[in-house]
Amino acid sequence: MTDFTEVWVYLSASPLLFLTLTLAAFQAASWLYQRSGHKPFLNPVMTAVILLVAILTLTETPYPAYFEGAQFVHFLLGPATVALAIPLYRQFDRVKRSALALVTSILCGSLTAIGTAVGLGWSLGASRETLLALAPKSVTAPVAMGITEQLGGLPSLTAVLVILTGILGAVIGPLVLNLLRIRDWRARGLALGTASHGIGTARALQVNELAGAFSGLAMGLNALATAILLPVLWRVFF
Amino acid sequence: MLSALTLILTCQLIGELVTRFFGLPLPGPVAGMALLFALLVIRGSVPETVGALGDALLKNLSLLFVPAGVGVMAHLGLLGQDLLPIAVALIGSTVATIAVTALLMSWLARNSLSPEATKADD
Repeated sequence: MTDFTEVWVYLSASPLLFLTLTLAAFQAASWLYQRSGHKPFLNPVMTAVILLVAILTLTETPYPAYFEGAQFVHFLLGPATVALAIPLYRQFDRVKRSALALVTSILCGSLTAIGTAVGLGWSLGASRETLLALAPKSVTAPVAMGITEQLGGLPSLTAVLVILTGILGAVIGPLVLNLLRIRDWRARGLALGTASHGIGTARALQVNELAGAFSGLAMGLNALATAILLPVLWRVFF
Repeated sequence: MLSALTLILTCQLIGELVTRFFGLPLPGPVAGMALLFALLVIRGSVPETVGALGDALLKNLSLLFVPAGVGVMAHLGLLGQDLLPIAVALIGSTVATIAVTALLMSWLARNSLSPEATKADD
């Protein structure tokens, strides 16, 4: 019989193992989420990530080795973002009818995201690097990293805060919305997309296509608004 | 299905090229989304295969964030000394942003509310 370690070394050298493990972990996490009756704190992204981190830590697998396999899943983020045009097109009549309201709401949401993140961080004594990474944290990762870099911050720290914000929004967002008694799907989607970009949009799409369409639109418009406003605001205040 | 995949990837590729070339503050895929949207408006409907592929991708959108999420956990050390300000800022700002956006939208758009747009409770 071959040694288990030998088999592991063989398997972990190919992308197949970690690709399969990523899918399996997500399936398990989704199953748990369904069984719990959709408890927000059992968000499948979060559970799957914790599961995989535990596996990587136990097997002492470095992240680049894991990403060899996981990159095939990661790659699909681009095409999926393009595909957000489809729910947007299907719901376009409703988007048009509330165009002014949604642009105003996203702009105010965008300013709130920047202002409260920097304000809270600053009042608790966060460093300049941290504030620069916190400021664009509600924006989709590539844009947020670009903004931070442009202002002289650390893009890698920004990426971490962006993903954490996404998961956080998907987990606590529905709770906040229920607490505020927001029953309008458009408002729910818009809020999740503005506050927590693609991860919030994924959550919105799972529940309702109308919410998903508004969420995807909010993600795109907030990225644009933040990319234009944040560098100006930063230079005014700092 | 192959033609739908080609169409979506082409939109993304053109999106990447346009944003790089003009230095637009948008990720390539978001520009690709705008392009695909424009094409759908011109055509006047969603081709069946494109709709099927798009729905399949979007139904599993959460899964696609898992590799990035694992990467984040591997880099939590970057949070360093500012752990407390970061935690407070992330939670406070996320709650505030969701509340402001949702309250404003549901108030501003209250007149264009259709019956099927309500009854949200998830």
